[in-house]
Amino acid sequence: MSEVTATPAKPAAKPAAPAAHGAAKPVAAAKMTPEMSAIAAKFGGAVEAAQYEGLLVTDHSKFIEIATYVRDVLKYNQLTNNTATDYIKDGVIEVVNQFTRVPQGGAPLTLKLRVPRPSGNDKTQPVPSLCPLYPGAEFQERETYDMYGVVFEGHPDLRRILMWEGFNGWPLRKDWKEAYYEGDTKPFESRWPGGDHKLAEERVPWEDNVNYPPGFDPFAFKPHPDGDIYDSMLAPSDGTVSIDNGHGVAPTLIEGLNASEMAELKTDEIIVNMGPQHPSTHGVLRMVVKLDGEKVTDLKLALGYLHRNHEKIGERNTWLHNIPYTDRLDYITGIYNEWGYVLGVERMMGLKTTDRVEYLRVITGELTRLASHFWAIGFLLNDLGAFFTPALYFITERDLIIDLLEAVTGSRMMCNYMRFGGVSRDFTSAQWAMARELAFERLPRTIDELDHFLTENEILKARSIGTGYMSADRCIAHSLTGPCLRAAGIGYDVRRADPYGYYDRFDFNIPVLYNGDVYDRYLVRVQEMRESLKIIQQALNQAETQSKVGDIQGGKKAYNHRVPAGQCYARVETPKGELGYYLVSDGNQNPYKYHIRSCSYINLNSMKEMAVGQKVADSVVILGSLDIVLGEVDR
Amino acid sequence: MATQTTNIPDELKNDPRVPEDLNNNIFITTLDKIYNWGRKRSMWPLLFGLACCAIEMICTAASRHDLSRFGWELMRASPRQADLMIVSGTVTKKMIPQIVRLYNQMPEPRYVVAMGSCATSGGPFKEGYNVVSGIDKFIPVDVYIPGCPPRPEALLHSFVKLQEKIEKQSIRTVRWYTTGKTDNGMLVPYLGPDLVDLRRADEIKQKTAL
Ligand code: SF4
Repeated sequence: MSEVTATPAKPAAKPAAPAAHGAAKPVAAAKMTPEMSAIAAKFGGAVEAAQYEGLLVTDHSKFIEIATYVRDVLKYNQLTNNTATDYIKDGVIEVVNQFTRVPQGGAPLTLKLRVPRPSGNDKTQPVPSLCPLYPGAEFQERETYDMYGVVFEGHPDLRRILMWEGFNGWPLRKDWKEAYYEGDTKPFESRWPGGDHKLAEERVPWEDNVNYPPGFDPFAFKPHPDGDIYDSMLAPSDGTVSIDNGHGVAPTLIEGLNASEMAELKTDEIIVNMGPQHPSTHGVLRMVVKLDGEKVTDLKLALGYLHRNHEKIGERNTWLHNIPYTDRLDYITGIYNEWGYVLGVERMMGLKTTDRVEYLRVITGELTRLASHFWAIGFLLNDLGAFFTPALYFITERDLIIDLLEAVTGSRMMCNYMRFGGVSRDFTSAQWAMARELAFERLPRTIDELDHFLTENEILKARSIGTGYMSADRCIAHSLTGPCLRAAGIGYDVRRADPYGYYDRFDFNIPVLYNGDVYDRYLVRVQEMRESLKIIQQALNQAETQSKVGDIQGGKKAYNHRVPAGQCYARVETPKGELGYYLVSDGNQNPYKYHIRSCSYINLNSMKEMAVGQKVADSVVILGSLDIVLGEVDR
Repeated sequence: MATQTTNIPDELKNDPRVPEDLNNNIFITTLDKIYNWGRKRSMWPLLFGLACCAIEMICTAASRHDLSRFGWELMRASPRQADLMIVSGTVTKKMIPQIVRLYNQMPEPRYVVAMGSCATSGGPFKEGYNVVSGIDKFIPVDVYIPGCPPRPEALLHSFVKLQEKIEKQSIRTVRWYTTGKTDNGMLVPYLGPDLVDLRRADEIKQKTAL
């Protein structure tokens, strides 16, 4: 950030001197897949093989045409991931779009666009937005705009999403420095032997984590009105709902009244703000709903109240540093987040794991899936009005799982269990017995009990059947993944669609239901818990005969990893959906680009369409059925 | 009861005004003690979770750790009905205006527990550009709990510590019963190009002057 008066103390030379980051080295061009060749053949001059992976669209005016071809002819019907990378040495910002065929899966197709880096805090030249083709791009492109200042032309609502309007700078650009900036990459000088450690506050001119542009006058500054979000919703509507999502578009008529009499009776529209401190928003989510009577006619989400700058910190960290940070993404399922990350790094480094490692990963990973679904169902019922009693039962069960994880890893939630090529600890025999007891005795009984008490419960059914409906096509278009997608009849599960780990060794089903409403999402979760149990049971049995106790590290154990230059998109099926890591390495000990494709965040994209036309009380239930975790939404 | 129960004065023992069957059931205490005794066992925390630490807070309230044993079970979603704010998680710049507002809306006496390293100091995310390095930069904190996240036992321990603190307060000296010493709450910061703490506005203006 060049205009900042007060930049922090200049960092001294780095301890070790790795090659400069982002250097323009000769890079192998991507290998052409048949799909990429088909695009290249059709759009000859407009595309070329990109660096590392995918196609680079050189002629931006053809981009929408190419994307349409990708969607309609090649059948990549879901936009999985949209982000950008700042190649500062080459002077470009590269926008990355990755597409997946749902439900077939397979490796994603990558399309890239390059725009010149603007100077200072300027925005980039506009690039075409994918929103008209893939509605799921809306939040993702807003995030890319927020973090890199990339302007998307044709985006319906291009505002900042994680930071606030008026924030100074585009945080993920490589030359933007946060207030506590110490160095480009860790380990930092001050934490190096011989360096003297100072408090972060002592190093910066403001003695605090802030930075202001020169000439900033706190008295004269008019903060960007928070009311913006309200103003944009204020335009009066006639009580009809513009989105046709099957919830009855016409205003309901009261019997015996004609339409004009109804119009006289029309209720006022009001705008209600919920959150960020609200018991039903599952954390610090904020939604603004426009109501006509009880009916939601518009809904807007405001995110970023828990934006903890994971990606910026992640790019400063060494590769190993990032593992405990991933725990804090979706903090209900720490282990599964780690898995996605180590999977990506292992693929880039070509690391092998051992049988024992893979079994332990499956066992602990599926245990967290159970814990997460317990939590999700408990709090869905909370939102339905069964305040805390069901949740209490499920938290008890979750505590038992957490006990085991704690015994094995040393921490209840933030397990820090995975390593590149391994895991940190093996189960002891007592812990193994504990796992067996859980998987064969306790949890099957609890799930039966849950099923028995809830599934046929009249109130649950009355409230959730038909609520929050979304059709399969819309789900795919909105980039929805996880149980919500499977409840709409699409059997897309990364464990089968883009396999990883040892899942091919187990006999299990992917539950699919077809109504696409809250009730089916609940049912899918219950069935998934049973399937998870099946997996854990098989894994426990197989591990006893097919793996060596204590064999928990494939390859050499190391603290400092240099990952070969390259790029990777690794994904896993967490309980919430598809969690992906888009990693770029330039051969150094830190990730050059570290992006998280967060399923909670992207699933929220479809919230508006699900809730509009429903009662306001149902919007809370719909949110509960999406099962988001704010740590992952805002990162 | 935390008050003395044994030393019933002799003159009361045979006082005709005291019915005979109540003779051994009379407690003598000071107003401070009975007042603090009631207060410390009926804290209503604000139902308010920020991040990962909030999950441990929920677990503390659930069956196994059972917050109710301390009389603190009634989590209130409205700050007007809450006595205690548990800052359970990372405090971001975007969130801090709301937190300060919630704090200001809580009636006195109000207490704050900073749960976990994030709320205490910024924790693992301290270097982040959207993270406030500890809630105490904006509102006063009574008890800090280390941990990432603190175990439920640690949260319970903070309650015991807070109870100890409350026990030491005297109704004669506490500010909220002293005339002329109203607490107007803390200044709510606003979101400009960065977080603007209005208490430091003059300094900011000086330092950024061109
Ligand atoms: S202290 Fe740790 S567990 Fe608590 S909010 Fe911060 S990162 Fe999460």
